[in-house]
Parts: sequence; C-alpha cells; structure tokens
Amino acid sequence: MIDTDPAVLVLEDGSRFTGRAYGARGRTLGEAVFATGMTGYQETLTDPSYAGQIVVMTAPHIGNTGVNDEDPESRRIWVSGYVVRDPSRVVSNFRADGSLDEDLTRNGVVGISGVDTRAITRRLRDVGSMRAGIFSGDDAALIADEQVRIVKSGARMAGLNLSAEVSVASATVTPARGERLGALAVLDLGVKQATIENLADRGFEVHVLPQDVTLDELLAIQPVAVFYSNGPGDPAASGDHVALLRGVLDQRLPFFGICFGNQLLGRALGLDTYKLPYGHRGINQPVLDKATGRVEITAHNHGFAVDAPLEGIIESPNGYGRLEVSHVGLNDNVVEGLRALDIPAFSVQYHPEAAAGPHDANYLFDRFAELVRTHSARTPEEAE
Amino acid sequence: MPKRPDIQSVLVIGSGPIVIGQAAEFDYSGTQACRVLRSEGVRVILVNPNPATIMTDPDFADATYVEPITTEILEAIIAQERPDAVLPTLGGQTALNAAIALDEAGILEKYGVELIGAKVEAIQKGEDRQQFKELVIAAGADVARSYIVHTVPDAVAAAEDLGYPLVVRPSFTMGGLGSGFAHDPEELRRMVADGLHQSPTTEVLLEESILGWKEYELELMRDTADNTVVVCSIENVDPVGVHTGDSITVAPALTLTDREYQRLRDIGIDIIRAVGVDTGGCNIQFAVEPTTGRVIVIEMNPRVSRSSALASKATGFPIAKIAAKLAIGYRLDEIPNDITKVTPASFEPTLDYIVVKVPRFAFEKFPSADATLTTTMKSVGEAMAIGRNYSTALQKALRSLEKRGSSFHWDTNVAPKSELIEIAKTPTDGRIVTVQQALRAGATVEELYAATGIDPWFLDQIVLINEVAAEIASLRPLDEAMFRLAKDHGFSDAQIAQLRGLDEEQVRNLRWQLGVRPVYKTVDTCAGEFPALTPYHYSSYDFETEVAPSSAQKVVILGSGPNRIGQGVEFDYSCVHASFALHDAGFETIMINCNPETVSTDYDTSDRLYFEPLTLEDVLEVIHAESQSGELVGVIVQLGGQTALGLAKGLEAAGVPILGTSPAAIDLAEERGLFSGILDRAGLIAPRNGTAVDAPSAVAVAEAIGYPVLVRPSYVLGGRGMEIVYDTPSLEDYFDRVREQAIIGPGSPLLVDRFLDDALEIDIDALFDGERLYVGGIMEHIEEAGVHSGDSACTLPPVTLGRDVLDRVVEATRRIAEGIGVQGLLNVQFAIGAGVLYVLEANPRASRTVPFVSKALGIPLAKAAALMMVGRSIDRLVDDGLLPPEDGSHVPLDSPISVKEAVLPFKRFRTREGNVVDSVLGPEMRSTGEVMGIDADFPRAFSKSQDAAYGGLPQSGTVFVSVADRDKRAVVLPVLRLAQLGFDIVATEGTAEVLARNGIRADTVRKYSMGEGGVEGTIVDLINQGRIDIVINTPSGRSARADGIEIRTATVAADKPLFTTIAQVGAAVGSLEARSQPIRVRSLQDYALDRAARAGVAG
Repeated sequence: MIDTDPAVLVLEDGSRFTGRAYGARGRTLGEAVFATGMTGYQETLTDPSYAGQIVVMTAPHIGNTGVNDEDPESRRIWVSGYVVRDPSRVVSNFRADGSLDEDLTRNGVVGISGVDTRAITRRLRDVGSMRAGIFSGDDAALIADEQVRIVKSGARMAGLNLSAEVSVASATVTPARGERLGALAVLDLGVKQATIENLADRGFEVHVLPQDVTLDELLAIQPVAVFYSNGPGDPAASGDHVALLRGVLDQRLPFFGICFGNQLLGRALGLDTYKLPYGHRGINQPVLDKATGRVEITAHNHGFAVDAPLEGIIESPNGYGRLEVSHVGLNDNVVEGLRALDIPAFSVQYHPEAAAGPHDANYLFDRFAELVRTHSARTPEEAE
Repeated sequence: MPKRPDIQSVLVIGSGPIVIGQAAEFDYSGTQACRVLRSEGVRVILVNPNPATIMTDPDFADATYVEPITTEILEAIIAQERPDAVLPTLGGQTALNAAIALDEAGILEKYGVELIGAKVEAIQKGEDRQQFKELVIAAGADVARSYIVHTVPDAVAAAEDLGYPLVVRPSFTMGGLGSGFAHDPEELRRMVADGLHQSPTTEVLLEESILGWKEYELELMRDTADNTVVVCSIENVDPVGVHTGDSITVAPALTLTDREYQRLRDIGIDIIRAVGVDTGGCNIQFAVEPTTGRVIVIEMNPRVSRSSALASKATGFPIAKIAAKLAIGYRLDEIPNDITKVTPASFEPTLDYIVVKVPRFAFEKFPSADATLTTTMKSVGEAMAIGRNYSTALQKALRSLEKRGSSFHWDTNVAPKSELIEIAKTPTDGRIVTVQQALRAGATVEELYAATGIDPWFLDQIVLINEVAAEIASLRPLDEAMFRLAKDHGFSDAQIAQLRGLDEEQVRNLRWQLGVRPVYKTVDTCAGEFPALTPYHYSSYDFETEVAPSSAQKVVILGSGPNRIGQGVEFDYSCVHASFALHDAGFETIMINCNPETVSTDYDTSDRLYFEPLTLEDVLEVIHAESQSGELVGVIVQLGGQTALGLAKGLEAAGVPILGTSPAAIDLAEERGLFSGILDRAGLIAPRNGTAVDAPSAVAVAEAIGYPVLVRPSYVLGGRGMEIVYDTPSLEDYFDRVREQAIIGPGSPLLVDRFLDDALEIDIDALFDGERLYVGGIMEHIEEAGVHSGDSACTLPPVTLGRDVLDRVVEATRRIAEGIGVQGLLNVQFAIGAGVLYVLEANPRASRTVPFVSKALGIPLAKAAALMMVGRSIDRLVDDGLLPPEDGSHVPLDSPISVKEAVLPFKRFRTREGNVVDSVLGPEMRSTGEVMGIDADFPRAFSKSQDAAYGGLPQSGTVFVSVADRDKRAVVLPVLRLAQLGFDIVATEGTAEVLARNGIRADTVRKYSMGEGGVEGTIVDLINQGRIDIVINTPSGRSARADGIEIRTATVAADKPLFTTIAQVGAAVGSLEARSQPIRVRSLQDYALDRAARAGVAG
C-alpha cells in the first residue's frame, strides 16, 4: 500500500508537491487553477473551458460516483491535468458505467493524488494562477530544476486563444423542443451540452457553429438570435470573435452570451477585460441581480473578467448605446453580467446551465427566449 | 432590507431541559441568537427553565426568566415585559409548540406581539403531515404513500393497503418520539395507540416503508427577498430506518452526482418557499432509492435543529446566528460571512475536508432496553470529527466517543464471518465496528451491503482502513512512510501500538523522533478560496499548517466531549465561562472539544478552537502546535468533567503544566485509601467502606461492613455502575453484569460503602484557594440518600436543615479542601442520618450543579475558578467585584428558593417486548437534563420545577398509592392532604388498610400480579385506561418488585406523574397547595437587583 508510483506537481514558482500518480502516466503542462465544487467532477472535466488547465479539486474525495454517459458536458475530457487528494477506489452510483481513474487514463489525462490540495490552493490564492506541470512515470524522476524549466517553457494563459482547440469542426443542429422560436446561432467557443439542452428546451433550433464561422455563414442559417458560449482562453486574444459579434450586434439580432461570451460582449461593446488573480471556479458563488435585488448561487469558471463600473449607466465606447452592469459577484465585486439598454443584447459571466452547479440562474434562458419573442414582435421584418 | 426598526425587544423561547432529541444544540443556537440580537441593540427577553445552559446566564439577555415554558407563564412574561416579537425557532420543538399554543390562545394578538422567524402557517405546513404531503407533491417531489389516522382500527385498515413493514409517525412530536416500524398488526396496534396518545393532535401518519434507502439532509436558509442558500448537505451512513440523530452522518454528501444533488437542492428550495419560511432556516430530510435514484421527502423542520447545529460546526456557517439576524429583518447578502469577514452570508459553504458525526448511546444505563436503533431517537449525545478524508474523520469521531470498543480494533480473535454479518443486520450502537470486524473476517462489501444497506463506498472505506491496518501490522519497518500512511487514515498511536505489539507511548516517541506531527487546517467555509480570519482548526497529517503564531499567554481548556448521562451541558457551561473570564483577563484561550452541540465549540467562544478528540494523543499534539509560539501558561482540566480530568495525569507526565488542583491532589480525592486518611485527619467520617478489585474481595468487604452496601466504580461520572446491593448473590450478579463495561480492575477499584437508609443528602459547591473557602451554595436533596444526586431534586438554600448543620457542612468542606489541596472548585456530597454527618464523596472539579448554583445565587463559580487557576486569590476576586462579598453559606431568609429537578428519559426506551423500561430512581444516574424552578418559597419553586420538567401536576383526579412497608407511616399525612384537596384515592390492599385506619377513604384495587378478577381490572389496567392521574409507588427492596415495575412502566407510558419516594410526595403536596396563589415571574436580573438591594441595606 505504501506508494511506489510517485508523481509530482511543480508550480512555476518552484513549489513542489509530491504524491501518487493518478490517471495516465507521463507529463502534462497547463495553468494550475483550483475548483471548489463538491459535486460534479465529471461535468468539470468535460467542460471545454478547462482546456489548457491543470485543475486542483479542493474537495478531497473525487470519483466516488464513477462516470456515466449522461453527465459529460462535451465529447471528451479537456483538463490538461488533474490534482486530487483522495481518489475513490470504488464506484458507487446506480447510473455509473465506469470508474473515473479508467476514464482519465483512457483520455490520457495525467493526474496526481495524495497531495495537500489545500496547501496548493492557498498557494494559488496567494500567488495567483501559475503555470504548472505534473510529472509521473519516468518523468517523475527528472531532477527538480529540469521540471521547473519544463513548466516555465509552457504557454501562459494570458494572450492565449484556445477556441480552435475546443470548437466543433462543422455545424451540428439540435432540434427545438416545444413551441419553436426559430434558429439560434451558437458560436461554439467550448459550449456545454447542458447549454444546448436548455436552449433547445426554450424552443430554439440550436445550430452549434464552429468558432471560425463568418458572419455570412452565420446569417445564412437565418437565426432569430445569436448565442456565444463559454470557453477557455484570454478574451483579449479573440479579436475575430469580437469582430463577428460586432457584426451580429450591428444586425440588431438578439444576443445572449455566457462566460467567455460575456467577456466578448464586453469587448464588442468597447469595454476592457483583465485577468483575475486566481479566478472563480466553483458552484457556490453569490451573484446579485441588480434589477431584482436577489442573490443567486451560481456556477463559475472564469479566469478573466470585464472591466466596467458596477454602478450607473455608461455609454458603449463602440457606439452601441447605453449599457450597464446587470450582475455583480458578491464575494469580490467582479462584473458578472452586462446588459445593453439600446440593443437586444445581454450576457452573464457565470453558468446559467450549471452542470455542475445550482439551477438558480436557469431563468436567464427564459429571459433570453422572452427577449427574442418581444424583439420578433417589435421588428417582424427582422424575424424569420 | 436592513434591520426592522419596529422590533426593539424580542422574547426568545428556549428549549427547556435536555432530553433525548432536544439537547445542548439548542443552547448553542439560543446563545448565538441572544448574542446577535443584543449586539443589534435589541432588548432580549429569554425564557428557559434549564439552568445548565449558557443562554440562561444573565449576561446573555436583558431579562432572563428561568421559568417553565407553559402558556400561562409565557403570558405572564409577555404581560410583564411587553416584547415586540416572539422568536420561537431557536428553541427546538418545545419553543415552536409553545408559540403555536400562544397563538391559539389568542395571547399574541391580545398583547400585539408578532411571531418572527417562522409564521404559524409555516410551522403548521411543515409539521402537519397532510398539509406537508400536499405541498411536497405540489413542489413536484414525491412522498411516501401514506394515510393519516386518528384511531387504531383506521390504522389497521390502512395497513392493508400499505403492507408491512410500515412506518408509524405521530404528528407534532420531537426527536421522532413514538415513531418506528410496525412489522405486523399487533405491533401496529400498540404503536398507533401510543402514538395517538403522544401526538398533541391525536394524529398518526402511516407510511410505506422506505427502509434501507439512502438518507440525506439539507440545511437551508431563506430571507425576505427569497434569497435561498443550502448551507450543508449531510449524508447518513446508516440508511433509512435509523433516526438521523442515531445515525453516523457525514458532511458533505459523498455518494451523489451533481445531477442528483441539484435535484435535492431544487426540491428543497421549492419546499422552503412553499412552506413559507422566509426569515430563517429549515432542515429537510430526503430518502433516495439506491437502485433508481427515486427521491422521497421525509420531513422538514422550519427551525434550527440538531442537524443545523452540526451543519454550523461542520461548515463554519453559523445558522442560528444568521437565522436571528434574518428574523429581525436582515437579508442574507447584508450579513457578512463571519469567517472571511469580506464575503457575504448569501453563499453556500464548500468544504475541503470531511466531517463525521457519531452518536453516543447510554444503553448501559437501561439494561432492559432494546438497543435496536429505530426511527425513535435514543442517543444521548454525539461526537464530531473533522479530517481531510473520510477514513480519518471516521476514526477520529469513533475515538472521540471515549467509549471502550467504539473504535476499530484488530484483536487477534475475530468472530466467524457469518455470525458477524447476522449481527450487523440489526442496527445497534457500535454496528460500524461489527461491520469492520466482519470485513476482517472475510465478508465482502456486497454481503455487508445486503445486510446493512450501508452504501458500498462507505463500506470500502472500512476495507481500506483494514488494509492499512494489515500494512501496519506487517513486518515492514515502522518508518516515516508507514506512519504517514497510518495517520492519513486516522489511526491513533494506540491503534498502531495494538497492531505492532507496542505500547502507545513507545509509538508516540518513535513517531516524534521521525518528525511525524499533524498540521492544523482551518474551517473557512470556502475551501481556501478566501483568507480565513477565524482560527477554527482541525488536525491533519498534510504538510502545511495554518496555526498563526502569537505572542500571547495561552491557556488551553479541555472540554467535556460528547454529552452522556452524567456529563452533559453543565460542564460545557463551566468551560465556556472559564474561556470568557480568561479572555477578559488578557489570556489567549484555546478550546479543545469534539462535541458539535455545544457553545464551547462555537468558533466565537474562545480565541482559538481545535475541533479534536479528547484523547491524550490529540491533546498533546494541539499543545505542541500551540507551544511553537507565545507562552503556554497551562491546561485547565477541572471543568470538562471526567473526560478532561482523566487526561490530567498523562499531560502532567508529558510535562504539560496543569492549572488548578494538581493531578496528585485529584488522586487524593478519588483514591479511597488516601481519601480516608484525609477524613481521619480532619476528624470526619464516611460510611463504613472498603475497596475491592473483584467479586470475592467485594463480598468480603460487604460482609465485613454489613448489607445493604452501595457499590460504585472509581473514576466514573454519573454513578456509572453504581448500585445498592442487599445481599451476596446480588453482589455476585452485579459483577457479572458490569464485566462487559470493564470499569472495575486493579487500576480502578470498586468502592463498597455501607448504604445509609433514610439519610438525607447534602451537596456543596465551593471554591478554595489554599487560604480561603468560598461557598457557592449548599443544596439539600429532596429524595433520600441512595438516589443519585444527578437524578435527585434539590433545593437551594436548604429548607429543612438548621444553621448548625450548615455550619458543620461548611467546616467539613473547608477541612477536606485543605486536606486535598484544592485550587479551584470542589464539590462534596454529605449524608446526614440520625444527626451524624457522613462524607460520601469529594470531587475537586466543576460539578454538575455549578451552573444551577451560579444562577440561583448569582455567584459566577466557573469564572472565579478559572481565574483562581491562573493565580488570583478569592480575596482579590471579591475585591474585583467578580464574587459577591457574602458567599453562599448562609442565604438570607428573604431570598428566593431555587429547586432543581431532574428530567428522565424512560419513555424513550422500550424492552424487546415493547414495554417501557423500569423507572425507579437509584444510585446510577439516568437523567438527561434538569430544570430549575425559582420562587419566593419552596412549594412554589417546587411547583414550577414540576411544571418545567413534566408539564405540571393535575389539580384534581385520582391518586393511586402503593408503598413499601417502611414508607406506610410516612405516606399517611401527604395522602390525607391529597384527599382534603379533593383527590380520589385508590390503593392496593395493604396500603388501603393503613390509610383506612388513619381515616382516609381509599378504594382498593387489584394488584397486577393478582390478574384480572372478572370485570374488575388490575391497577395496571386502570393506568392504561387513563383512569389514574397521579401514581405514588415506592419500591420495596427485592421482593414485590415485579408489581412495582408494571405499575411504574404503565405510568410512564401513560405520561402521568409518578412519585417513587415519599419525600417527592411531600414536596408535591406542598406545590399543589401553592397552586392557589397567583403566578409570579421574575427575571434573574431582577433577583440580582434584589440581592444588591439587600447587600446595600446590610452594608
């Protein structure tokens, strides 16, 4: 039982955490971030927003309920590395059809277990997200300096465009359910399955489009509205997506963006974005809806945020009229939502589709559908 | 919305005495609420008759009424104080029921008082089974199929549809009282009959069985803006069928996917909305079918609960405190998170550790009780542990129970697998160890899952622990890696020692040499996402410690561990007071405890809190960690009951300074031979006595000093194993019975005392600083000697003792204190028989009566003791104004009388045949809690104590009298008075004859042993039929006991007042007479003003 299959997590500041190899053996590099959700590891792992990241789980026991074919949020695991304290030895859930350990190995995800995940989390909190590497198998034996050198040779998240990595190669369509509202163009920057389901449930025929789609191609599906998904990377490095969005806004098509989509709307409206010290990654984040004064508990996964004044109405520097911050994160007063007042566009920085996470913000999909309905009623010539 | 300006005074209703199902957690909740409300500038009026609580300390409210929670008394308080609002959600079911009664009686309306925290409609929706069922279905969730019945025949008919087994749940009872599984029509009839009786609405719910399903709880909070958060999820390791209070539980839930968890969360939020809880918290229990995920909502409580206290400790989110703020108008997002200070309370805590709670039972106190765990709660306390993983948390929690055999073990002998699996099928105290042994014996996870319904994930964790044990026991060296493996799964040094054939100290020294020490992590509500500013720690064998260096002078206070009969909230009271006093005196206070119900484990109470087991190993490690900075002044062991005291020697041996009375001095009091020497030198006498280590030596002692003898093991609290023995066969039988408990041996001999029949017992609590004795109070027991002091009612000041006796008691106490070398608190018990004063025992530590004495006379004994332990003299404490100039030796005649009454849990326990266990009082303590009645004179104070403990005595009706021969003379006068007060008297033949000759008309009734005679039923039949209102029955030695048992158990089952001593009868008669006088309520603060005025006049 005493471990003979060592692994080490190395941070770019030189901190080292030795533990046991978990998942695939070998080496992996990425930006180390911590996620605080106590449930939903399968959703987390398959969330494309985690592409390029080594995810440290603060919850100690991971893998208890195994994996199933219903909960993945996309076609594969996206994290570059996985850090857990106590991986489960068994699977216990009536829906499970496999173990997480096997799933990680099959997907080639190098992980590490048996480390002081709280110490790592505190380090990331105090220093900020860092480049990191996990070394196991033969790579575990590399000398420490060499491991740090390898870690430092990795890419920094700031300035990185990862959309091409996670996006679909060609469009897919999910039929609308219930009363049909029309075609919805979803720009896949790393969209999650739960988002697609929620949109389809609201009557949208959901066209998931590759991230390099042109405005003409997008308009060709005759969308009643456009949706930008969550996704990995630095919004400042996504000029093309911003340009596309400006094209959409110029058409006065209703727009809803979440997460990365919120940052891109911010940029399209002419606001700036910045990198948070260590981001928000968890499913317990309080967000104030300024319109209702209510607080919703929401799922977050973002390392960047929009820079805008929390109070008052401002003018869009890019000429889209008035806009305001609609939602605020109460833990640290970060912008969590934007609303344009003169064009039909809004966005939130968090995940109304949850998965994993609470369903408190699910109403935003209704709000989107409502926006599309009223917009169509007002401007029938622009509707389908 | 910020604080409501229209609420300037609030009446907080407490939960009354500690009973099974409603314990110290409500002291924690209530204390938090009082503190919060006062800090918000609200005038707090508190009512709670439980003197052992911290909340009833006059410092925590503006007006503290230690009065019974009855509609009558509450109205009197409301009339006197005119509060703006009543807050009933922090005092358990008692407070909720009291609030509903106030509403129904129109009192709230009459005085214009608003109910805050929960509206009447919400309370009713949550508790009324039918309304709740409809509401759950409307919320899109499922409930078990069920029927509401009001009669036994209806129940039998409903069962035809539901099938057996089925669940029986009486409406509006707490702690699941009266609920359980009926497996056949006969059982159903009995349970429904009882349940209809126990339910205040004469209503019982019958439900389809969901036995064996997974059980979960969510703790939710909601504010006026409909902001709702789930504070904590709790998973029961024991599946549905075992009351959650009796289950091993774990937080957070560990075997749910996000999809399943969010489903529970959605349902929970829908329910809290539908019920209409909008300014507080609620607890919702769910059952999940393990093979399909089907969810059933079991119940919800629209108030803080035992689980919410646990959730608060588990997460660092103070539910009661936040609930109090919501009740006066705040919203969740307006309240800061206490731990991070910068983030708001409108969030959901996330844990990066595992919390395990294990229940502590007291079946050894009720040998005839069926120890099977059911949906009726039977545990008397609980321990909680925090670990970085489940295996650690579980092992820490099990060793926190401080009970032999409660931890996993690897004895060479293991019973056969099939036998163990069979035993594990029935849920009982300690089943988890049976499971561990079965796995050791080769049982598979599948076999045990089939037998127990415990989720395979939890079973595998025990497999893991066994595998680690095998590794430790292997021939591989006990090196750092081995230690780290063991410690990462919670193995104690003692367990490692057992596995390696070493002793614990050897293991510890080796471990220390290898540098394997725990680090301390922080409970921070946010898994490290934000810096935590509150030092609430737990140990782990990870690598980074979070203990902040400090340059302070530190005092470590050892708490009292899980509540148990004999060691309850009273000890927590003393620990908390010590912490407050020392903090105010400039020390940094460090609390170590593992009881989640208590105020001491509130992170607000001490400067630093370590949630750790109270074992030598765990305490030494905390002390080591805290010794890395500042100055460790010492450790206080005399306030945390036997738990803390038991660690004194080991700590001293390890070089840790013990504050107050030294361990050697403690031995002088505990060790019979040494103590006899002290008495001899002091010119005092004890009943004839001796000590024995086994049955033959005990018989020799007993025969030498003469029967009856009182036997009691040394070094135990609560009179564990204490009995009056009348002859040699009984003494041998006694040894057979206590063998299992292993409480007698060479290290802890049995004390054998001549038992003093008909003596009167006296208790004294005092302080001694080496020079001066300061009496806290002298208490006269109402029951004669032989009833454990914890179960006996007592009065302070004494009401039948002369000044000369009191002087002798004080002088004797002084000599004993000097002889022992007490530095701090001392409790001495005396008996007085035929004018001779006997010393029964002396305990140089905080006693159970410290809080009672403190409240009765306004003397802060525990605070004073704590300051004395760090060197203050009594003179200085008097000069500083902490202690009143006059001590409690002689209480002025115009002072009020305080009566303490014990509350007993007999109703909770049934034999295998389904009868209530015998309820006669004896030398082994069995009460779970106490109440206090305070009034101008003894009869009125006693009357209040009875109202508070048992809901009061009937004013008219039929009294049944059957007493032992020795009591026949003494019973005549009180029965005469009862007859004169208009009661009808019924007696058995012998007693009736005596009464007749004394001119008292009594109907004769058949004894139970005579059986039914034609149409005429026996006394037991009369009691069962509800035709008897008060029972007076004194047990008569060894003979004729059977009749007595049947009478007493029937009485308890029928919930009628029962008197088993003549002294109680006398006091009760006095209190019935006092009933004719108007009710008077008075706060402790007003009593203090009276005392000050008297002192002013005297001065």
